[in-house]
Parts: sequence; C-alpha cells; structure tokens
Amino acid sequence: MTTPTSTIEEFASREYEHGFVTPIEADAVPPGLNEDIIRTISAKKGEPDWLLEWRLKAYRHWLTLEEPRWWPNVTYAPIDYNKIIYYSAPKPKKVLNNLDEVDPELRKTFEKLGIPLDEQKRLSGVAVDAVFDSVSVATTFKGKLAEMGIIFCAFSEAVREHPELVRKYLGSVVPHTDNYFAALNSAVFSDGSFCYIPKGVRCPMELSTYFRINAAGTGQFERTLIVAEEGSYVSYLEGCTAPQRDENQLHAAVVELIAVGDDAQIKYSTVQNWYPGDKDGKGGIYNFVTKRGICRGKRSKISWTQVETGSAVTWKYPGVILQGDGSIGEFYSVALTKGKQQADTGTKMIHVGKDTKSTIVSKGISAGEGQNTYRGLVKMLKGAANARNYSQCDSMLLGDRCGAHTFPYIEVKNTSSRVEHEASTSKIGEDQIFYLRQRGLSAEDAVGMIVNGFCKEVFRELPMEFAVEAQKLLGVSLEGSVG
Amino acid sequence: MLEIKNLHARVEEKEILRGIDLTILPGEVHAIMGPNGSGKSTLAGVLAGREDYEVTQGEVLFQGKNLLELDIEERAREGVFLAFQYPVEIPGVTNTYFLRAALNAIRKHRGQAELDAGQFLKLVKEKTKLVKLSDELLKRPVNEGFSGGEKKRNEIFQMALLEPNFCILDETDSGLDIDALRIVADGVNALRDGKRSMLVITHYQRLLNYIVPDKVHVLAGGRIVKSGGKELALELEAGGYVGVGGAR
Repeated sequence: MTTPTSTIEEFASREYEHGFVTPIEADAVPPGLNEDIIRTISAKKGEPDWLLEWRLKAYRHWLTLEEPRWWPNVTYAPIDYNKIIYYSAPKPKKVLNNLDEVDPELRKTFEKLGIPLDEQKRLSGVAVDAVFDSVSVATTFKGKLAEMGIIFCAFSEAVREHPELVRKYLGSVVPHTDNYFAALNSAVFSDGSFCYIPKGVRCPMELSTYFRINAAGTGQFERTLIVAEEGSYVSYLEGCTAPQRDENQLHAAVVELIAVGDDAQIKYSTVQNWYPGDKDGKGGIYNFVTKRGICRGKRSKISWTQVETGSAVTWKYPGVILQGDGSIGEFYSVALTKGKQQADTGTKMIHVGKDTKSTIVSKGISAGEGQNTYRGLVKMLKGAANARNYSQCDSMLLGDRCGAHTFPYIEVKNTSSRVEHEASTSKIGEDQIFYLRQRGLSAEDAVGMIVNGFCKEVFRELPMEFAVEAQKLLGVSLEGSVG
Repeated sequence: MLEIKNLHARVEEKEILRGIDLTILPGEVHAIMGPNGSGKSTLAGVLAGREDYEVTQGEVLFQGKNLLELDIEERAREGVFLAFQYPVEIPGVTNTYFLRAALNAIRKHRGQAELDAGQFLKLVKEKTKLVKLSDELLKRPVNEGFSGGEKKRNEIFQMALLEPNFCILDETDSGLDIDALRIVADGVNALRDGKRSMLVITHYQRLLNYIVPDKVHVLAGGRIVKSGGKELALELEAGGYVGVGGAR
C-alpha cells in the first residue's frame, strides 16, 4: 500500500522536465573574468563608452568585495569565478529582419518549452522577449506595442535605440555597490529586457521574458529594467529553465523597477524553474538575484509575485522602496525546496513616505531534504508617518528531513506606523491526506491539493497564464485561483 | 455486500479488534453500539484503510473483493464511504473543487464520463437540498470554519453526491443538537434505497430512533458480544452495556 511518506517522497523527487540541451553553435568568450573580457563583451554588443566605463567601475568595485557567506542554512561549494564563461551567444546565421528568420533550432527550443515565438500562435495577451544564454533572440509584438508608445525590447537594443532612458535609470535602484552579485552583474551583464510605459498608458498585454540557459560552463547575468510613468500600468512575467548538468551554473541577475510618476503601477511575476540539481545535490543553478523596485510617485504601486521551485540554491529578496506618499508595496511568494535544494528568500520593504503600505505573504514548502528560509526586512523610516505593514509567513513541511526557518527583521523609527507579523509552521497532515483519499483521490493528488490550497493566496495574485504554469510546476491542480 | 471474518487489528502493540465476524447484505443498515474504547472507531478505520492500524488476522470481502488489499482510494472508488467523526479542514481548497475532483476520480474508476463544471454544479444543487447545505458553505474551503453540525451535514452531502455502495457513519450523531440530528438522519434515510448498505456506529440509542437499523450489534472488548434486531438498542438504553456483558 502507498503510505503518506512514500507519496511525499514521490512528490518530492519528480524529475526535471526541461533538462535538454540545444545543439547550436555558439559565439563565446573564453572563461575567466578580467577587464579584457569586459571590454570584449562591451565591444561585441557595440556599446557606447559610458556603458563600458560603468561596467569597469563595477568590476573594480567587485574586486574589493568578499563573496557573502553568512546564510546560516545555506551551504554550497565555492564558485571559481575564473572558470565561468561570461558571454555565450548562439551564432546568428544572418541578420534578422523579422521573427520568421529566427534560427529554427532556437525556435524549436522555445516551442519545446511552451513558448512559441510566432505571434499568431501565441495567446494574443502576451508579448515575449526570449533570452537564450547571453542574448535576446526574439521579441514578439514589438510593433503593436510601439504604436502605443510602449517600448519592449532586448536590453542591448535599448542601449542602442534609447540610450537616454537607459542611462537615466540604469543602476538607480540597485547601484553597482549594492552587493557582491549585483556588482558582478553590473560588470558583465549581457542581455535582458527593457520596458518603458509612457504616461497614462495601460499596457494591453502581459509582457514577458523567458530566460533559457543552454551552453555549458556559462553564467547568465541578465539585467531587466522597467520604467512606468505617471498613471501607467504594466504586468510583467518572467520564466526560467536550464538544461540538466552535473556542474553548478551561476545565474546572477539584477532587476530594477521604477514607478516614476504618481499612480504608476508595476506588477512583476516570476516562475523560476532553473535546474535544481539531481537528487543527490549534484549540479543545479545558483540563483543569486537582486530585485528591487522604487515607488517614486504618490500612490504608485509595485507588486512582486514569485513562485520559486527550481535552482540548487536561491538567494533573492525582491524589495520595494516606498518613497511616494501613499505608495504600496506587495510581495507574494511560494518557495518549494525538495531534494537537496536550498532557498533563502524574502523581501525588503523600506517605508520612506507617509501613509505607505506594504503586504507580505510568504509560503514556504519544504520536502525531501530541502531547506527553506524566509528572510524579510520591514523598515519604517522617521518620515513614514502612518505607514503600515502586514506580514504573513507560513511554512509547510512534507516529511521529516527538511527544514523551514523564518527570520523577520523589523525596524521602526516613528511612532505612528504599524507593523503586523504572523508566522506559522505546519506539517502536512496525515489526517488531511487520509480524508482526501477516502473520497477517491490518489495519494499524489491529495498532497498536491493540500499544497495548492496552502499556496492559494499567492497563486491568486498571478496572471492567469502563469497561474497555470505554477500549477503544473507544483504538480497540483488549479483550485479556483483564477477568476 | 460486506463480509468480515475473524478480524483482528492492533495499534502499535495494543490489540483492539479481537475477532470480528459480521455480514452485511445489500440494502441492510447495521448499527454498531458499544462503550468507549470497545473498538468501534477502529473497525471503521480498518474498513476505510486508515494506516494507523495493523490487521493481524482475518479477512474482509467487499463485493467479492479482498478489501484489505486495496489502497484507501481504491476502496473509496469501489464504493466504500466513511462519514468521519471529526471531519478535517483543508485550508484553501474549496468544497466544490475538492468534491468535483473526488467525484470524477470515482466516475473514472466506474468507466463513466467525467463531469464538467456545469454538469457538476447541477448535480450539487440537487444534492444539497437533501441536507439543507447553503451555497455559501460549498464555496468555502473544506470544513474550514464550519460549525460541528455543518461539518456533519457536509459529510452526508458528500455521501449523497458520491453515491457509495457501502457507507460507514462513525458517530455521526456526536455533537449534534436535536434539529441537526434530524436533518442528518433525514439525509441518510433518503439514501436508503434497498441496495446501499450502511454501518452506523454510535454510542447512543438516540440516533437509531431516526435511522432505524435492520440489525444491531454490541461491540465490547474488540468483539461482537451480542446481535439482535432494532429492539436491542432499546434494551441497551434501559439496561446499559453491563446487561449485555459489555462492561469491562
């Protein structure tokens, strides 16, 4: 007979579905990191001098830093930064004039991942920028969006076509001095997406970037920058996968969101499914990411929603600086660790302006020998009169070899603000599993349904397409999270 | 329908069931009564496949199949339904969503087409009348924030919806006031159709005024010590379990 324990084991040891490799010729730089490599990357991308200087400054700063090693529940083998390939691009067969000319191999790769690059095949509600290793290979619906004044393109294209915007906002939320991995990214970042939503425009479709690491021995260092002007709205989605390999690969991204004007709104959703390594913890992506947004405008709003299921080690704290009076920051997170995966994730909400509000809902699920840590900071500065925060951190344990940890940091510097924090840890109930199975559900479906119910508050925040993907990822059914 | 032969079961080292023999024919309603600790709930748990119990001896045939070899969900799909004494809460999972998944798993097993959302809701509407369950409760997460009475009504509603062949009611009357008891009993009686069999487990005779059994058994010390017709329940009410050798 199936026991609850074996069900949980099965649930926790599902195979990774996106582990294939695309055989494609790559134009790559030799492994290693030095000023020459940075100059080469910059030259390959035809960048202006100011950007090369910006990279070099970041690199020189990075050299002065020590890799952080302070997470109590995260351990991993040292990274040899001189063995990583910092730039690898599929060799273009010719110059692309339109989407139909994308290399069939690449097209096939994204189709296999469920991301068709044909506009007519896409659900019309989503525009995609497809990033393969170090470069963007295609962006859909660019023309249609441009008619409304929306810019959605590869980061390197933005550097060429809209240098004034890039220069104004690049590093304005996450400076190169922010942390070790942000400095590294600033020095070697290759591609990513750029979005600009002009005043008063509500972006009519979801914008999304799909990141794929393919080449062996490379790292992916993308940079995403989203700028929303007064009264505008955009919903942006990010998805990630990588082939199955025995060695660890580094993904160190930086994402900056800027809600510039009053009432601007940015909703940013991530489904992260990088290769987690095998059941013994061999291989997998180190996902060390810095994501931050700033609400400059009054009543502006930034909302992060993340579903983190992949990567061997995840380290990320998408945060919001609430500068504009009445601005709102939100963080909704589901993090699942199984096998030997480790995740240390949470958020930082920095309340600067008056009447600012933040909401944090974090759901951690640990299975197998997974270690799941919530680490969050809520900071109320002196001027943040009447600011409010509500935090809720729930952990669910599947099995008895995994761990869940919660570290909420709270700093309040004024007397009128209010911070609420709730936390819970529960073990998946054998009584619950028995109840559902007694009604005819398989043990696996029962576990899936309970986990899904546990995550519902977060799934509800995802755009529909992603809710479907998240559901598939957790191997659970959707359970009314949509609509 | 159900044939239990010399059933022994234990929890860890403690033997709870010590040789149960019981045959229930199609359409029959049997009541099992007995003092606390006599093994009533253990019997229900063993039949449904709860993994806390270890069967050490005996066999159970259900519609000709060896019930004890089947997984919990296989038993459910074959038509064994347990109305829980303490229905559990499943946060974040709505009642209707859960029940549609359950019903479709059972229908699939029976070789019937799965129901889409529209067909399912129509069926739900019909069945909720039986136990006067409000729409609002159906949309709420399974049993979350339900009163004791609502939980028990929800169990009977599920029973009506899933149309099992054999129902075990484990102390369904516990914690119910007289009005709720009547609603639950009416629901159960409506499901007596001459084919469906039931095993009603209860501590008190009161429930059997509403759900009138064909047979009554007294369980004590892990064995059936006395069997009889519905009048046996009244005797117990008057004389207590001591009179039938049930005291320990």
